[in-house]
Amino acid sequence: MSAAFSSVRAVCHPGSFAGEKRGPPATAASGKFASGFLGSSGKVWFGALPAYVRAAPSARRRGSFSVVAVSDVVKEKKPKRSSSPPDLLVTKEEGLELYEDMVLGRTFEDMCAQMYYRGKMFGFVHLYNGQEAVSTGFIKLLKQEDCVVSTYRDHVHALSKGVSSRAVMSELFGKTTGCCRGQGGSMHMFSKEHNLLGGFAFIGEGIPIATGAAFTSKYRREVLKEADCDHVTVAFFGDGTCNNGQFYECLNMAALWKLPIVFVVENNLWAIGMSHLRATSDPQIWKKGPAFGMPGVHVDGMDVLKVREVAKEAIGRARRGEGPTLVECETYRFRGHSLADPDELRDPAEKAHYAARDPIVALKKYIRENNLASEAELKAIDKKIDEVIEDAVEFADASPPPSRSQLLENVFADPKGFGIGPDGRYRCEDPKFTEGTAHV
Amino acid sequence: MLSILRRRAAAGGSDAVLLSERLRKSCAAAMMRFQGYTTAAKEMTVREALNSVLDEEMSADPRVFLMGEEVGEYQGAYKVSKGLLQKFGPERVVDTPITEAGFTGIGVGAAYYGLRPVVEFMTFNFAMQAIDHIINSAAKTNYMSAGNISVPIVFRGPNGAAAGVGAQHSHCYAAWYGSCPGLKVLVPYSSEDARGLLKAAIRDPDPVVFLENELMYGERFPVSAEALDSSFCLPIGKAKIEREGKDVTITAFSKMVGLSLEAAEILAKEGISAEVINLRSIRPLDRSTINASVRKTNRLVTVEEGFPQHGVGAEIGMSIVEDSFGYLDAPIERITGADVPMPYAANLERMALPQIEDIVRAAKRVCYRSVPMAATA
Repeated sequence: MSAAFSSVRAVCHPGSFAGEKRGPPATAASGKFASGFLGSSGKVWFGALPAYVRAAPSARRRGSFSVVAVSDVVKEKKPKRSSSPPDLLVTKEEGLELYEDMVLGRTFEDMCAQMYYRGKMFGFVHLYNGQEAVSTGFIKLLKQEDCVVSTYRDHVHALSKGVSSRAVMSELFGKTTGCCRGQGGSMHMFSKEHNLLGGFAFIGEGIPIATGAAFTSKYRREVLKEADCDHVTVAFFGDGTCNNGQFYECLNMAALWKLPIVFVVENNLWAIGMSHLRATSDPQIWKKGPAFGMPGVHVDGMDVLKVREVAKEAIGRARRGEGPTLVECETYRFRGHSLADPDELRDPAEKAHYAARDPIVALKKYIRENNLASEAELKAIDKKIDEVIEDAVEFADASPPPSRSQLLENVFADPKGFGIGPDGRYRCEDPKFTEGTAHV
Repeated sequence: MLSILRRRAAAGGSDAVLLSERLRKSCAAAMMRFQGYTTAAKEMTVREALNSVLDEEMSADPRVFLMGEEVGEYQGAYKVSKGLLQKFGPERVVDTPITEAGFTGIGVGAAYYGLRPVVEFMTFNFAMQAIDHIINSAAKTNYMSAGNISVPIVFRGPNGAAAGVGAQHSHCYAAWYGSCPGLKVLVPYSSEDARGLLKAAIRDPDPVVFLENELMYGERFPVSAEALDSSFCLPIGKAKIEREGKDVTITAFSKMVGLSLEAAEILAKEGISAEVINLRSIRPLDRSTINASVRKTNRLVTVEEGFPQHGVGAEIGMSIVEDSFGYLDAPIERITGADVPMPYAANLERMALPQIEDIVRAAKRVCYRSVPMAATA
């Protein structure tokens, strides 16, 4: 599936004017480090030659890769495995895995709505219905060590990454069995085990965090010499975020330093009640990739198989150390911004248009039309997921709320951070401290 | 020279350790004998102290790296990172674009994922562009993730007023960061502080805001052999009594410690014995040391560059009211920066910052010595 990227022209050669931008001082000398890390090597001025003389070749090399912008993704692909018919995009096992993950996401979120209205969860709860193809299309291609960084709409990203329904549901119920023991909540899902580096409640906040994780992968490989560290980070965020400065700052640094990251825009066309078209001067977000020297790709985010093809290319590119990719997935949320949103601004015709393109229905159709699985097999998955979600709710409901002692735990990794009490001892050593009654 | 001797000694086994102990003691004795004669004790600027710590900690732990604007090829906007690029290369001394929100977040993300970044701000005023990451991404994550994700990161750079740089470059943020759970906030005064506290900050598993002062970078202080040892670390949350006294307690941090010590000299000549506490740590605050001192002197003057309302002095004052109210013989006095954005004009700037005479006057007031009214600006 290199076609999606290679079929288009190079649109940008930043190397062609490298070197003119900054001349060294007349007296400056130049030296060079062997490492190519961060792409800035060879510009250290303490050797013999002017910096730009040495910098130019590497800059030219960096600028010479093809930067790609495509908006149509090739639909039919050659087979990935001999077991699958020659014109199919997925094997039976892959198809069913995608189906199960998307049904899990959908069923989980529908249950969240029920539980929210029953008062079992509270605060802001943002549901992912309609966007499942994006989470499933990308995350199911990742390894456990790969990182996912999400937003406040993070339940389904957590589920796709492997966090159990029980742990996510309990977190939403504010129970101590939640993945963050009830201390995070709907918008802040974390799991070290699954390398889910967080749901973030601020627009744009997760992008630098994700870029930092990608920086770490590169650092581990090139500085700490962990040769097998080819971990990739996928950052999810929405169309509204693409008007925020942190997005641009990180596109720049990720491309500059060739970090192993994929920036995934879940463009659901609406930032709460602000239409993407009303907020963005050029609504084609994918075009911003080439502006920073990285491929920009537009893909139908209601089609998990198309998303998966693009994701394979982008993740592979990152894993090979060839740098970041910006992927714009055009998708739609079937519910309001959050469960507190009356959702009055979106046109019913628009909602109907996208509802007719439900990604789960589309995948089901593909599976049936190509005889990848029987109706009964799909039904069995639906039933299994219903049971998983029922179990998660029962588990969350029966779980205890956090104990009082939890109030003061985890503020610091080292609880001596609470300082020294009037008796001259660390406050955390006071037995009352863990009971949550000690004055801090 | 001393460090070379000690290193040789350490290489020789247990006898050598004893030798090194003896050396250290004899050197300490020598320092006492030749006090004021600079060649006897090793002296070091705060800049050199910070630089040496970065060097040692990056040598000791390959996960430690420095990032920020002009830290590499420029050798640091204030030359704190001088020579580090040459020693550690551009992969560990990372020059960033002028994008505080972006690179601070990248640092925080790297800390989430196992590295130990030191993020330099050209000044803490610029950290306002990145405060989302310091507060929301760094300080709160260990808690939100129930200990899943710890954030071992140091945010450092000059804080507070320099000279003539105006309102947007002169703000002291100690009280801001000090009010936020999940952060540790350190404020070095001397070269010893700079060494011991920065090492502690880099080795700490939590996010640390490390507030330096531009005007202190070039100040020289004697440093003990102990402080020069690469294992030297100061405990986070412990204040230092810089000068013992019995009549009045003066708390200060960063540059204000120096002013307070000078004020104490003047007060001593007038028969007032002032105890000067160098806070070293704003959060956690060493309430124990402060309260013990006030219980002894029964009087308190707090000194800081920052603004009066909700300031560090307000917090210290309240801790005394809570813990040692019955010991107070006089109302607590707060000496702070004026409640205005920093003016540019040199005379106004001077008026906006605490001066030695302000501290002296306040100390006299709490000791009920008659003092002339402060001149009205």
